[in-house]
Amino acid sequence: MTAQYKLVKCTINGKYTETMVDVRASLTDMLRDDYRLTSVKKGCEVGECGACNVIIDHECYNSCIYLAVWADGKEIKTLESLMGPNGELSDIQQAFIDEAAVQCGFCTPGFIMSAVEILESGKEYTRDELRKLMSGHLCRCTGYENILNAVEKTMLRRLGKLPS
Amino acid sequence: MYDMKALYEANTVKEAVKLRLEHPEAQIIAGGSDVLIQMREGKRAGKELISIYMIDEMRGVKLDGEEAIRIGSLTSFSHITKDPIIQKYINVLGEAVDMVGGPQIRNIATIGGNTCNGVTSADSASTLFAWDAIIELTGPEGIRRIPISDFYIKAGTVDIREGELQTAVIIPKKSYEGYKGHYIKYANRNAMDIATTGCSVNVKLSEDKKTVEDIRIAYGVAGPIPMRTKSAENLAKGQPVSKELAEAFGKEVLADINPRDSWRASKDFRKHVAVEMATRCFIESVKLSGGEIE
Repeated sequence: MTAQYKLVKCTINGKYTETMVDVRASLTDMLRDDYRLTSVKKGCEVGECGACNVIIDHECYNSCIYLAVWADGKEIKTLESLMGPNGELSDIQQAFIDEAAVQCGFCTPGFIMSAVEILESGKEYTRDELRKLMSGHLCRCTGYENILNAVEKTMLRRLGKLPS
Repeated sequence: MYDMKALYEANTVKEAVKLRLEHPEAQIIAGGSDVLIQMREGKRAGKELISIYMIDEMRGVKLDGEEAIRIGSLTSFSHITKDPIIQKYINVLGEAVDMVGGPQIRNIATIGGNTCNGVTSADSASTLFAWDAIIELTGPEGIRRIPISDFYIKAGTVDIREGELQTAVIIPKKSYEGYKGHYIKYANRNAMDIATTGCSVNVKLSEDKKTVEDIRIAYGVAGPIPMRTKSAENLAKGQPVSKELAEAFGKEVLADINPRDSWRASKDFRKHVAVEMATRCFIESVKLSGGEIE
């Protein structure tokens, strides 16, 4: 094909941005190549592993099966938005470390973004509900229990049901 | 990068119809959770795409003047599950689509994409068959509405004509008023799996809750396209509610279904599961309708 481009205007991690993207690009391509947001991992690239998961207008999406041109007018959040100005980790990131929910770390950004959507709902979920809400991710090293522990504890802390 | 020849974007239904006529070879892309994956796998590589994902007028659930439930074709599964109208009148549809893929898939996948694929395993499709859903198509000549059973032609093929796109899925009031339903998806794992077989039943009981006034049962993966099992429906209609009826109803589905052997499951296994599913769905639907059954 002859190259086809489109101007995509969106907000990424709180900052308004504009860039010309190739219409063939996935949102993963755009976030990694144009904005160097390398927390967005390229895993399976067919929407199965969840490593490229980002939040678009408050909902989680696998950015590998989301066309970059669809991001026009949207508000996107990646893992990079969670850290404080001096690189301080957010509570959920710290919880993943404390609970040993990280081994190779490749799946972690995706998992954490799903956790962020869950935590931002402000609701309390049962362990089974959390298991379902986190089910769109594959992790090949830690197993899932520690990850669920990290999400559950952070949820309970934010709800004041566990000491922080 | 995806291997696509060109991308045309529609922002309104009118634009989409125009693009469809201008590029008859182009493939429509809604949420993309099937089209993009197939493109990645090479099956649809090199094709032109018409993206309808930005058409906001095709999103959302509402009741129209005649109290039919109108689900815009681009409504995502997660929005269907969370929708108060769905929860109040046809909760089983919300429950069925909550079993598709994983959470991120349910945020992007649309009900229109699921039905337009023409795939028998679609969790929404069998459930919509059990609701006597109407498919709304908009094309150059205007709007065409057909029963979902006429929409499916053969595996992977649905009745979408030149210049047309599916704009809504409609559940008429007479299809849902007084009915309660249940869906069972049988798959090897709870998340990110395709149904080995899916069964959706809904039941309308008599006023005293003792007799089956009407019943509908539909399957996914019991044939090349989603299907109703009329023999079982006819057997149970007008009969008093009992455990024996649930079991007879389950066995009767074998008169109609014709599942195939595939790497996912054998024909015999699917038949075995189908009987059990029908029985369980029947019992659960009766309970949801306020009936008593052992």
